Amino acid sequence: MNIMNKDTSHINSLENEAIYIMREVAAQFDKPVLLFSGGKDSITLVRLAVKAFYPAKMPFPLMHIDTGHNFPETIEFRDKLVKELGLELIIRKVQDSIDEGKVKEESGKYSSRNALQTTTLLDAIEEFKFDACIGGARRDEEKARAKERIFSVRDDFGQWDEKNQRPELFDMLNGDIEHGQNVRVFPISNWTELDVWSYIEKEDIEIPSIYFAHKRKVFLRDGLIWSHSEFVYQEEDEEVLERMVRFRTVGDMSCTAAVFSEAADIASVVSEIRDSTISERGARIDDKRSEAAMEKRKQQGYF
Amino acid sequence: MGGLKIKMEVLKIATAGSVDDGKSTLIGRILYDTKSLTTDKLEAIEKTSKQKGYDYLDFSLATDGLVAEREQGITIDVAHIYFSTAKKSYIIADTPGHVEYTRNMVTGASTSQASVILIDARKGVIEQTNRHFFINNLLRIKDIVVAINKMDLVDYSEDIYNKIKTDFESLMSKRDYKDQKITFIPVSALKGDNVVNRSERMSWYTGQSLLEHLETLDKKDIYNVGTPRFPVQYVIRPKTEEFHDFRGYAGKVYGGELSVGDNILVLPSQTKSKIKEIYFYDQKYQTASRRSSVTITLENDINVSRGDMIVKEGDVPKIDKQFTANICWMDATQLTTSGKYIVQHGVNKVLAKVDKIHHKINPDYSGIETNVTGLNVNDIAQVTFKLNKPIFYDQFKNHRTNGSFILIDTQSNNTVGAGFIQ
Repeated sequence: MNIMNKDTSHINSLENEAIYIMREVAAQFDKPVLLFSGGKDSITLVRLAVKAFYPAKMPFPLMHIDTGHNFPETIEFRDKLVKELGLELIIRKVQDSIDEGKVKEESGKYSSRNALQTTTLLDAIEEFKFDACIGGARRDEEKARAKERIFSVRDDFGQWDEKNQRPELFDMLNGDIEHGQNVRVFPISNWTELDVWSYIEKEDIEIPSIYFAHKRKVFLRDGLIWSHSEFVYQEEDEEVLERMVRFRTVGDMSCTAAVFSEAADIASVVSEIRDSTISERGARIDDKRSEAAMEKRKQQGYF
Repeated sequence: MGGLKIKMEVLKIATAGSVDDGKSTLIGRILYDTKSLTTDKLEAIEKTSKQKGYDYLDFSLATDGLVAEREQGITIDVAHIYFSTAKKSYIIADTPGHVEYTRNMVTGASTSQASVILIDARKGVIEQTNRHFFINNLLRIKDIVVAINKMDLVDYSEDIYNKIKTDFESLMSKRDYKDQKITFIPVSALKGDNVVNRSERMSWYTGQSLLEHLETLDKKDIYNVGTPRFPVQYVIRPKTEEFHDFRGYAGKVYGGELSVGDNILVLPSQTKSKIKEIYFYDQKYQTASRRSSVTITLENDINVSRGDMIVKEGDVPKIDKQFTANICWMDATQLTTSGKYIVQHGVNKVLAKVDKIHHKINPDYSGIETNVTGLNVNDIAQVTFKLNKPIFYDQFKNHRTNGSFILIDTQSNNTVGAGFIQ
């Protein structure tokens, strides 16, 4: 987010820290899972897990909470990655939670399935009895996440008690929990957006094509660039334009806005991020709802 | 096969200051002057500052992330703030100034390599300053900056700066850990003097700005190097055709380096062996530097499991079922004599019983209290523990990682204390 020609070799120490955390998860928990969205942060997690346990396979499956409103490029990418690395993938669908009457589809101009994912996620955790869920959240993303622990305990209802968190000292991670509780684990807590991109460049990690500049049908609303899609509510007077854009963060189509960009390869993306004066989540429609949007969702059990 | 080195590091800094010393403003100033605040974050700060009727930018809004914090205008929990320059990446652990500050400061300082203590130039050294310095000393932070803030409110007076410096120096004679480098810098966080850029309003001060000081810190200035310790985190057994007999020990190297061919001992069994290979992912290396997360294989097929420790032969830590430590108690429920807890020492967990509380240590250098039967939240005390199994430890003064531990409550599973072995 900042200043010229930064030396990125410090990523070395962040990588070593993340590998240490991955191994603590495997050692301290009976049934861990890696929450995989198909976005760059969870792809980075997969890379770190592969490295942590080499030459053995990573000792936990991936789980995708599928809103059904994905970018098709993300799903294609997900399936290819799982096949190439021989990983186990669990998919649980928000559509099923809607069909079972557990959650109600939002309607109107800003409708999104983003918040509905929480119910599907908590049900899946209960179904598989997962005791640790590895996620790609980073403290630099958002101010409620800046308060998050690396091992973050969730109660029986999946909820985050932000005012009563365990202190984390040295690099000792306390994963002791009661039956029914689970721990959310954030191995890349201390990475910044630029660190993730620099790592993707350094390690030559493949990512979905939507992260690179491409022509897309979009429309403009509230200063953000929305995808024109059957999943995104669009007013009649919101004109469809075709523009060169890319995505800086990838959630489902209804909550992720694009940025105008000509950056077509990883080197140009890294330099674009380095010079950017807008934060990553500035393009997250879900965070724009209120200043405490993320904190509220996290309390309810969100990623 | 070369050495596996961790190159440039991330510098973690703890901050300490009393309420209204301007800690959040200082952090905001650093972010602002290094151009680390993005336009949307800056706009949010401007908007909220205006709503609150301030005629200045309230930078604390950049760091106070919880609703309750913004409502009450206080920092409740440690926040982590990230910024970088062309030279280094920084993480600031922003710890609350008042509520449970001992607990939070110990937590923030435990992962930091440098520390900034703020003093309000109008108030000078106060009781809280003693406490801040005490904790930084207890945790053996090697580099401390004493930032004398609000110089704009005392007419940038050299006399006032010198008086505070002299007062602080008299505090330094009381400390245990003498190898600490202490640097005094007069600053105004609000006006930006000597924070990132040098001040033109204090020509009498010829030293570096705060950021310049941090930029020039070298590894040898901030790390305590000891002997190599390798606690085994996880045993890797692929059982694939290609790696049928592979048995690798995954862990992080602490203190010093380990190399292929080193004669080692596995604790607690004290079995001898030699390091055969060092892996980082699919690459083999000759040497693993401290803080690298590697996988080691040994020459002999011996039984090693999580919690065991690989050390160099002739360089063995103490192996004992009891130890005495200074601890910081962090829980609302009292620690009592004969109370039972889990000691987590690195990745090793053992059951422990409080054998004796020797005395409480007042964290303001005012002495000790004896005849103590229980410890309350934020108390610091010297305690002896008895363990159900031996651990392999060094004294904290010789080994920051292998000499520290946390205490876990067996009922609530919460982390309730931290300790430094004597």
